[in-house]
Amino acid sequence: MSTPKSLFDKVWDAHVVRKIEDGPDVFFIDRHFIHEVTSPVAFLGLETRGIDVLFPERTFATADHNTPTINQHLPVADPLSANQLKALETNTAKYGISHWGLGHAKNGIVHVVGPENGITQPGMTIVCGDSHTSTHGAFGAIAFGIGTSEVEMVLSSQCIMQPKPKKMRVTINGKLGAAVMPKDVTLYIISQLSAAGATGYFVEYAGDVFRNMSMEGRMTVCNMSIEMGARGGMIAPDETTFAYLKGRELAPKGEAWDKAVAYWKTLPTEEGATFDIEYNFDAADIEPQITYGTNPGLGTGISQNIPLANQVKDGEASYKKSLGYMGFAENEQIVGKSIDYVFLGSCTNGRIEDFRAFASIVKGRKKADNVTAWLVPGSHIVESQIKEEGILDILNEAGFELRQPGCSACLAMNDDKIPAGKYAVSTSNRNFEGRQGPGARTLLASPLVAAAAAVTGKVTDPRELI
Amino acid sequence: MAYDKFTVLKSTAVPMPIENVDTDQIIPARFLKATKREGFGDNLFRDWRYNGDDTPKQDFVLNNPIYSGKILVGGRNFGSGSSREHAAWAIYDYGFRCVVSSFFADIFKGNSINIGLLPVQVSPEFLDKIFKAIEADPKAELEVNLPEQTITIVSTGEQESFAINGYKKHNMINGYDDIDYLQAMKSEIKTFAEASLY
Ligand code: SF4
Repeated sequence: MSTPKSLFDKVWDAHVVRKIEDGPDVFFIDRHFIHEVTSPVAFLGLETRGIDVLFPERTFATADHNTPTINQHLPVADPLSANQLKALETNTAKYGISHWGLGHAKNGIVHVVGPENGITQPGMTIVCGDSHTSTHGAFGAIAFGIGTSEVEMVLSSQCIMQPKPKKMRVTINGKLGAAVMPKDVTLYIISQLSAAGATGYFVEYAGDVFRNMSMEGRMTVCNMSIEMGARGGMIAPDETTFAYLKGRELAPKGEAWDKAVAYWKTLPTEEGATFDIEYNFDAADIEPQITYGTNPGLGTGISQNIPLANQVKDGEASYKKSLGYMGFAENEQIVGKSIDYVFLGSCTNGRIEDFRAFASIVKGRKKADNVTAWLVPGSHIVESQIKEEGILDILNEAGFELRQPGCSACLAMNDDKIPAGKYAVSTSNRNFEGRQGPGARTLLASPLVAAAAAVTGKVTDPRELI
Repeated sequence: MAYDKFTVLKSTAVPMPIENVDTDQIIPARFLKATKREGFGDNLFRDWRYNGDDTPKQDFVLNNPIYSGKILVGGRNFGSGSSREHAAWAIYDYGFRCVVSSFFADIFKGNSINIGLLPVQVSPEFLDKIFKAIEADPKAELEVNLPEQTITIVSTGEQESFAINGYKKHNMINGYDDIDYLQAMKSEIKTFAEASLY
């Protein structure tokens, strides 16, 4: 009998073109996403070397990182941003690469539009010059972020050089409590493992909690894998995956669909497959989460106090620096802290389910006067769903407005910057110093926690409002 | 993009004993708007290095003339966060050729090797010794020997070896990159692609 294989091994091994002795694998990439920020220098590299794009049909471009989220019909005001968008347009046209630029009906955040158009499929290898490419692992694909040199490699050869990472499995069984969202599950895991706890590993998420999760939820979880240092995360494809994909524009059709599904069903990890490390958690231990420090590992249950320096894995000096930046102190209560901004959006929580959750709390309530709220859908498709489902009316009635799709305040490259010293409850993925604008203070949380903060003006346990 | 060959580097070092130095600190996102690889060194650690009005922050190590050199020594989990290769470019363009830490984030490590910036991972104890040596004498030199895969604190002779795979080592010593390698195996890749399911 052959050794039982994991999902990760099956997909990885099927993509090794050549093994280099005492070196990395030459690893074949099925789908490549590019955006305006990390691709221009890669295209420049091709030109300098005088080489071509090998398989333009395997690369997809969208503009998202650096685009405005209001007045997208007007010319982009910042000349540097406009220049990057122009470069993407020119480069994709030159090499015959599909380009969903600003204003295109399918435009949106790369990790939102890939799945919703059926580009992302189980068993694939997917890369992009953005670390949250791990999102696509929700479909049982191996997906991870790469640097610009690697973008150039994929463009020119459809391969990158990768040593095979080690394997980790995180299993969570049981049933999640009230108001506990996929974002809480991932923030909980990261707080348990720390921001570097999975470095060098590729993670498979298993157990009841992930099996019962929607595709949107699985994407949120896989998206955040990188925040504990993992190369990526993945979840075995199942009927939920197939149901989500079926009929999407670039998903296989007819006979090809049946053949694909038959193959995808062979992918899940076999009984007895081994991992380099395993973690098990109980769903009942997870409450709505929030971060209080400057890396995503510094988070806790919302009803808890900020831990003492000796209770966290980060060194004492780094921890104190972190709390100093946030203007917090050890052992303080987080609930009740006044906040200034709320950001709902990003490739972590900018999908339709996130807007439904947010709306479920703000419905019949009003935005707090001290709060500026930026609600940014992940794509035009999400935006239309928000309108069609009547969510926009609920939001407007509660005093909120909807912006246009893009990365926005997730990395604050455009004008959506949180001012210095201000507190933002954000559904995005990083609370690093200055991530949301120089001096900005970020508290990462789920859409429900964000909604509770938006209507009360302070950190509030969403369980009190549902 | 061609980079300097790396064999033996003997230099003073700049100490940065902070953990979890993420790529947003190394190069903040607002400096990623370029379409060319130029001038990133100027914005290395921008918000730690300069005040809002662009005057230098006196207490930041890169603004302290006592410290200099081609080696940057950082705390645990160096380079976490965003995949931006710009972080490695900024460090390289500033003039560093080697970063030492007890632990590197994966993508940063890969990006660095790809552009000719050598990440040297040492034990936490050895890292501590390096910080102490620099504290005792800011002009203390380190010697990084890539062919031998060793790092030495010159004043004390204390040494540790570090890991790097044979392929990447060969590349760095010769200034080759992966694209050269991949271009040479295009027909093999094409055959592979024809059999692909997707
Ligand atoms: S939303 Fe944030 S994390 Fe996601 S792709 Fe955009 S910048 Fe990257």
